[in-house]
Amino acid sequence: MSIEVRIPTILRPFTKDQKVVSTTGSTLSEAIANLGVQYPGIAERLLENGALRRFINVYVNDEDVRFSGALESALKPGDSITILPAVAGG
Amino acid sequence: MSIEISRNFVDAILEQSRAEYPDEACGVILGPVGSGKALRIKAMINAAHSPTFYEFDPKDLLALYREIDDLDEEIVVIYHSHTDTEAHPSRTDIAYAGEPGAHYVLVSTRTDIAPQTEFRSYRIIDGVATEESVVITD
Repeated sequence: MSIEVRIPTILRPFTKDQKVVSTTGSTLSEAIANLGVQYPGIAERLLENGALRRFINVYVNDEDVRFSGALESALKPGDSITILPAVAGG
Repeated sequence: MSIEISRNFVDAILEQSRAEYPDEACGVILGPVGSGKALRIKAMINAAHSPTFYEFDPKDLLALYREIDDLDEEIVVIYHSHTDTEAHPSRTDIAYAGEPGAHYVLVSTRTDIAPQTEFRSYRIIDGVATEESVVITD
């Protein structure tokens, strides 16, 4: 069983407009790497200097990963990742 | 390009912005998916509690997306206030704009100009902000 990833509008150009895609991985880091192989360019939009970008929110099963291990967050088959760009500005 | 917003929503946004001064106020107006109509206003908490920055709390953001998914709605307008500068997108507004389909509404609470003259809307796509006209309906 794979891991479901919900893609925000702004990243759908990378996924051929698909709103939900699937990938694999036992950590968030692996899942993003695999996603980047499936959909070239998308990983760079999520990561910066090896960490999650500050203004990209990532949730695993509705839990903000900043409080659950960030990129090292553990994943198991059937988990769901949601990516949402922060709504923020100055 | 233009956005139609009802007078009630304009008033509510200005009122919220004044009430939350000196912090920036923020929120969204939602509408049925694909309609482009701004029909349901929802004030959001500025988790940054700052006069120079706003950010939806990540938990609230997820809850908002879950809610609109369930209701077949989308974010039509994302609004926030500038406390003492003009109602024009700042560099950070443009850098972090993540909803290419949304209308970004900016209001200013600065008092040297009547606030009603500072209710403006922009599309922000690929790092470019383009102003559009605001049509206020009754």
